[in-house]
Amino acid sequence: MASNITKVTNHISPNEALIFERSQPGRAGFSLPALDVDESSIDEIIPREMQREDALEGMPEVTEVDVVRHFTRMSTWNYSIDQGMYPLGSCTMKYNSRLNEKVARIADFANLHPLASESAAQGALQVIYELQQHLAEITGLPGVSLQPAAGAHGEMTGIMIIRAYIDARDGKEASAQRRTMLIPDSAHGTNPASAHLSGFTVKTIKSTAEGLTDLDHLRELCAHGNVAGLMLTNPNTLGLFERNIQEICRIVHDAGGLVYMDGANMNALVGIARPGDMGVDVIHLNLHKTFSTPHGGGGPGSGPCCCTKELEPFLPVPRVVASTSVGDSDSEHRLKPMLRLDYDYPQSIGRVKAFLGNYGMMLRALAYILTHGYDGLLEATQAAVLNARYIAHGLLTDYDKPFDSDPMHEVVFTDKRQARKGVHTLDIAKRLIDYGFHPMTIYFPLIVSGAMLIEPTESVGRQELDQFIEAMRSIAKEAVEDPELVLNAPHSTRVGRLDEAAAARKPVLRWKPAATESAESRSTASHSS
Amino acid sequence: MLEEIGAASIENLFDSIPQELRLRDHLNVPAAMPELELLKRFDEMGTRNQAARRISFLGGGAYSHYIPTVVDSLLSRSEFFTAYTPYQPEISQGTLQSIFEFQTLVCQLTGMDIANASMYDGSTAMAEAVLMAERVTKRTKVIASSAIHPQYLEVAHTYVQHAGIDLEHAVYCAESGTTLPESLSGLDDQTAAVVVQSPNFFGCIEDLAALAEKAHSVGALLIVTVTEAMSFGLLKSPGACGADIVVAEGQSFGVPLSFGGPYVGLFATRDKYARQIPGRLVGEAYDKNGRRGFVLTLATREQHIRREKATSNICTNEGLIALAATIYLETMGRRGVQEAARQCAQKAHYASREIEKLEGFSIPFSAPFFNEFVVHAPVDAASLLEKLASGKGIDGGIALSRFDTARANDFLVCVTETNTKEQIDALVAGLSSSTKLV
Amino acid sequence: MASVPDNLHYSKDHEWVRVEGDIAVIGITDHAQDQLGDVVYVELPKAGDEFAANDSFGSVESVKAVSEIFTPVTGKITETNDSLNDEPEKVNKDPYGDGWMIKMTMKSPGEVDSLLTAAEYEDFTKAEE
Repeated sequence: MASNITKVTNHISPNEALIFERSQPGRAGFSLPALDVDESSIDEIIPREMQREDALEGMPEVTEVDVVRHFTRMSTWNYSIDQGMYPLGSCTMKYNSRLNEKVARIADFANLHPLASESAAQGALQVIYELQQHLAEITGLPGVSLQPAAGAHGEMTGIMIIRAYIDARDGKEASAQRRTMLIPDSAHGTNPASAHLSGFTVKTIKSTAEGLTDLDHLRELCAHGNVAGLMLTNPNTLGLFERNIQEICRIVHDAGGLVYMDGANMNALVGIARPGDMGVDVIHLNLHKTFSTPHGGGGPGSGPCCCTKELEPFLPVPRVVASTSVGDSDSEHRLKPMLRLDYDYPQSIGRVKAFLGNYGMMLRALAYILTHGYDGLLEATQAAVLNARYIAHGLLTDYDKPFDSDPMHEVVFTDKRQARKGVHTLDIAKRLIDYGFHPMTIYFPLIVSGAMLIEPTESVGRQELDQFIEAMRSIAKEAVEDPELVLNAPHSTRVGRLDEAAAARKPVLRWKPAATESAESRSTASHSS
Repeated sequence: MLEEIGAASIENLFDSIPQELRLRDHLNVPAAMPELELLKRFDEMGTRNQAARRISFLGGGAYSHYIPTVVDSLLSRSEFFTAYTPYQPEISQGTLQSIFEFQTLVCQLTGMDIANASMYDGSTAMAEAVLMAERVTKRTKVIASSAIHPQYLEVAHTYVQHAGIDLEHAVYCAESGTTLPESLSGLDDQTAAVVVQSPNFFGCIEDLAALAEKAHSVGALLIVTVTEAMSFGLLKSPGACGADIVVAEGQSFGVPLSFGGPYVGLFATRDKYARQIPGRLVGEAYDKNGRRGFVLTLATREQHIRREKATSNICTNEGLIALAATIYLETMGRRGVQEAARQCAQKAHYASREIEKLEGFSIPFSAPFFNEFVVHAPVDAASLLEKLASGKGIDGGIALSRFDTARANDFLVCVTETNTKEQIDALVAGLSSSTKLV
Repeated sequence: MASVPDNLHYSKDHEWVRVEGDIAVIGITDHAQDQLGDVVYVELPKAGDEFAANDSFGSVESVKAVSEIFTPVTGKITETNDSLNDEPEKVNKDPYGDGWMIKMTMKSPGEVDSLLTAAEYEDFTKAEE
């Protein structure tokens, strides 16, 4: 089957086929002990009409070494944090400590069933309880739920909490009039999507020429009434701290609304300032950003939700609490307060996920906090901001920086100067790959034409920052001297730019046996178009 | 560096934050802990998870299956676990091709046409399926079986509470333990979907074909949820029974229990609904030299483009756990998954036969089951299981009183290929002896 | 330069209208398809659906964007260009010909007079940039 792919080198790795194309009937990579109980006829225990008829036809049949080579070869086609700087803005691609991986694999946690009795899972509950306390301290918001599985899930949770709070405060009838959620035009797409899922109508707030929330527009929208809340990212997605944050919160609160903060950019604030002190009512954090749990090629994440005392009764259930009644006869339990799951919150928005959330991520995040300590957390924030500022300074000579203010942990540039030569953000990003870097976030935020959002994080040193700046400057030069070179980049990868339009017009979303759809016919079809 | 950028001090970098908001003191978190101390601390906390070392017959949405060593070994390649979402296809082909394989495997197992790149877990996948059914049918009533995992139902209620969807329950049959088509009394031409789990929360296998026929008769969709994905190895696929959307918890495929997460939600449906599916999709694509690669596709459904009109708010999914499931399924392969499923069923039926022989014990539901079944004990089940755990070091099952107070003497037993005959015999003996202590 | 045929009427939302008796043929302009990039999907209404002027009647998708499309005139759909299901690229290749989207019977044919002429539309797109 490999003959379908043009060889790009003599090495076998670039031509690794799909596992289904490698499959050979009769091969196997597993070994299980023989069945050790008396066997019944299968038809006796499960009626024939309920049994599979296809015997899993089409599923791969390969050996263990086939699998190992398959994934090892494919892994070499990925860029990863361990290879170098991964400056995706708003994604906080910081180093993922191996120690945290080890902690998450400790058998006493990895083998623990989520429905095990609470008394026999006290260690696991302690991890949750301690992490809740640390996140409350870091955000200045005392109510914490670790149940949400990712950032968008935490957003949905936070916005549902706002809705439930307003329902309780104003009564269902009056609350039904309050269905407007204000969201800046620079926000992540998840914000409006989460607001919609919670039954709100989105109104967009403009940004000023400086790149900050337009206070006049905010006042105007609040004056219209019906405002349930504001979803604000701070520092915002342009990397700028909303210095009027207290005034923003005041305006929204005066209008009877609540302030939700998207914590995607908390890496600029940990140890420096706390959302709770700014007037924020509820926030979600991304453990897979700020607290270094690995992104895993698109998850798992973890999106804890932290809120004020007033909003605490509305958090998802169950909550992990320390038992207040220590009337246990067991003397050991008297010394150590029992932790337990508490379902008794009648105003709760309900459960957002089965069991207790992405627990493995909690172990890693707690390990991150404990290995850093208060001073290490502060230092990480300082280094993250210093690194971004250094890049902001270093690229000024060659790239257009649309906002004058000093950025925090990430900085936005545009392709304005290069576009004159027909070289756009996408081309610059692709060319950066040839220089050994993962591209920055591109075309986001949407309000900046040709945006390049760069977030170096604290996990790079000056030498690598200098190399990155040099690469970017070199690309700027190429854009003038040899634009074709940039327009056709990347030149160094296993595949070139893929025809995404053809892929979307006639989507092929799964492999099928050659009889119904051969890779060859697809290939010719795409050539002729 | 400070000098280079013209800043006087590190503090000056934060000048845009108003002084009164700046923390004057350090955070009240502990001082940095060296590696050695940290590991000791977590090991110590781990020792207080006694349940992790017990012989276990716990299921109920999280299952203890054998995980081949290669799964974690390959998963630990940092090219996979320290990569981001594959937004730059030229340097993400490893992740993209493995997701394409994952989508294919999910289709093969569920008997469906297309599958997405994963959801958070089975429970949120089921909630998203309900929302999708409303989009597809433009109807607002959904009928869910009461034999679905109680936590899954709770999540569904949370998700739909502001979506204008009326989520009703169809009560399961107390004799068979299944959802009978005639229990769907609320079914009408305003019904978007019927939702069932199979094997259901009690382990009973539902008659999916009959339920599909009933739902389709009024133009409603059938959504099938599976929490024990190993059952795909033996049971007729929901797709072959006529399901329109199939969601599942994929934890059974190579993912450790890890106290409830991270797991992975599987989501599959019919071709015609491709533009209504939530979450990411990977598709085949070619470069200008005709080389095959893979890209994220049909992205206009998603939040970063369609914002409040997106099919879901999901962004980050469970990429690495989907990879674990992919490695697992490819290593076990066609025959391995069938063999593991066969052993689960055989061992569970052996256990049920032996338990049924005990005096005072019975199996209350008559429907066929896969590897989980409800046991009715002569005494209070929670107390019995507690005695069994403390006395014999065996977690014998899940007391159903945790979910339904009317079922005080009932508990749910799960047996997998990891449970030996010796363990099953110890469970049976332990149940017998512990009953006398309650 | 994007082409702007003289014989058509144009809306500020970048749709064009060609009047054929009491039927209006509607599509998106060359300028619009150029801004969108490669069209990968077109969502169209069904014959028989009724729309007022400026209603959204469907959407056009490129790889990374979705744009709503609006009816410049009031009326009832008589026919849609179903071939766009299989070949949405026709919108890029021939926006005024094979890439047409819907045909409507016009309720008040006078509405087209309030639309832009080719020259006006050209000025409008220039001013927009």
